[in-house]
Amino acid sequence: MSEDREPGFATLAIHAGAQPDPTTGARATPIYQTTSYVFNDADHAASLFGLQAFGNIYTRIMSPTSGVIEERMAALEGGTAGLAVASGHAAQLVTLHALMTPGDEFIAAGQLYGGSINQFNHSFKSFGWNVKWADIDDVESFERAVSPKTKAIFVESIANPGGAVTDIEAVAAVAKRAGVPLIVDNTLATPYLCKPFDFGADIVLHSMTKFIGGHGNSIGGMIVDGGKFNWMASDRYPMLSQPRPEYNGMVLGETFGNFAFAIACRVLGLRDLGPAISPFNSFLILTGSETLPLRMQKHSDNAKAVAEHLAGHPKVTWVSYAGLPGDRYHTRAQKYCPKGAGALLTFGVEGGADAGVKLVSAVDLFSHLANIGDTRSLIIHPWSTTHSQLTEDQRKAAGAGPDVVRLSVGIEDVADIIADLDQALAKT
Amino acid sequence: METAPEPLTYSDDLILSILRSVKTIAMVGATPNPARPAYLVLKYLLLQGFHVIPVNPGHAGKTLLGQTVYAKLADIPEPIDMVEIFRRSEAAEGIVDEALKLYPLPRVIWMQLSVRNDAAAAKAEAAGLTVIMDRCPKIEYGRLCGEIAWFGVNSRQISSRPRQAPAQFQRMRIQAKD
Repeated sequence: MSEDREPGFATLAIHAGAQPDPTTGARATPIYQTTSYVFNDADHAASLFGLQAFGNIYTRIMSPTSGVIEERMAALEGGTAGLAVASGHAAQLVTLHALMTPGDEFIAAGQLYGGSINQFNHSFKSFGWNVKWADIDDVESFERAVSPKTKAIFVESIANPGGAVTDIEAVAAVAKRAGVPLIVDNTLATPYLCKPFDFGADIVLHSMTKFIGGHGNSIGGMIVDGGKFNWMASDRYPMLSQPRPEYNGMVLGETFGNFAFAIACRVLGLRDLGPAISPFNSFLILTGSETLPLRMQKHSDNAKAVAEHLAGHPKVTWVSYAGLPGDRYHTRAQKYCPKGAGALLTFGVEGGADAGVKLVSAVDLFSHLANIGDTRSLIIHPWSTTHSQLTEDQRKAAGAGPDVVRLSVGIEDVADIIADLDQALAKT
Repeated sequence: METAPEPLTYSDDLILSILRSVKTIAMVGATPNPARPAYLVLKYLLLQGFHVIPVNPGHAGKTLLGQTVYAKLADIPEPIDMVEIFRRSEAAEGIVDEALKLYPLPRVIWMQLSVRNDAAAAKAEAAGLTVIMDRCPKIEYGRLCGEIAWFGVNSRQISSRPRQAPAQFQRMRIQAKD
């Protein structure tokens, strides 16, 4: 495309990273289902291993199929580079591995996906990575949690399942004062609805399992490097600023400029920890990503109509959806995701935990399962499922109280979605 | 308080025209230390078929990746298309002064990523040279030929046309202008 045109979001969603295959002319991105790549000669091999040349070695570290979704996500988020990994959880693991050493701390919002709360509280603590919890409704709580050991701040742009919208700009200011990167999990909003880098985020993560893939068929994660954080400003991030023995003393932060973080995650984290994505999953996620703007708009429009309907329903005690005027996060949603507030909403069903369990058993169009971001409408009762391993207080703090039902509103006809909820609510 | 200079912007067309046209590059600050960016870039540009002449007084007379190392630009016995400056920013002005004494004159002064010297650039531009600052030729070549996409880097290239198939595996080339 001519350089004087900035391609729009929908054009990037289809074309970024994906030119026709140079050897066959294949228009769709081929699935490079191979473990390894042959070298031209010994010198070429040495150049690839020494990072002197760009190229593919082994599918644990890179794949041309995954490279396309990596570049596309970097383009859609407005970042410098991406790294695809096996899952959203793997994205969190590889990101923090590049930033933390044993005994370090990171600050995370309490309003997070339950699986992330578990990962941070238990698995990461066994690495000596200590999470300090803060509250997105009290930005001061992030400031108070900062210590000399803090290495990062972690938030979700729209939190799962409570639907809280983070004041990214305010938290980014805290991170900047502390001299640490702000990591934003943008899974629920996607770059179609919210661009965290525009508000000061340094690293964006995704579970591509959700809206990026969008069809409920592949697990995958993504790390996007914003390219603005100065890793060389101090010795706090030795993976980037210190000579690495793994690469004969190379300093990644000075060698790879504004995409050094993504490279560090690839050649130190992904290479050594091993959570590689399958090229086949990358292909399916790529196909989904092409329709991201269409789907996200439809998800948001349907969710808003469902939220409005439920707000007037006699068996519904409350509805939490930032797209509803009057919602406590509505003003923030208008700033951070003006095109819509996404597919997720929660509501309280009259009758508490028992009614919640009855409701998820009575739906007929909605699928009762533990995922979000499918074309299909999904329903879950977090109290008895995704959040059941947390304490009662943690469940309530995460927006998963006993009466809470979470919907991931799909892109079916909205009248059918509403009719299914009505018939199921009638049975509670 | 010192204010940061405006970030530099160069069009892809300008970078492409340089990388398509230069053949002989003198790299001031080339090093035999394989951990240093200067070594990586030297190796990569040689792999891509450029004739790269290392310049480093500490290693003058030795060979580096098969190329003879010279102590200074004036010692190089052949015409140079581009001088790449792989030294700290303050050293760039002296190197530009040396480059401007060469005959024939090089056409391009390229200062490596993180190297920027506006006074040196002004001098070179006044003499009719093209100047690029604060960019890595390895990154720019890899970005524009498509190789860097294998590392998930946002190349900012959108096109429905296939690139030319490489003659060897994974050695993409910047194509001639179409």
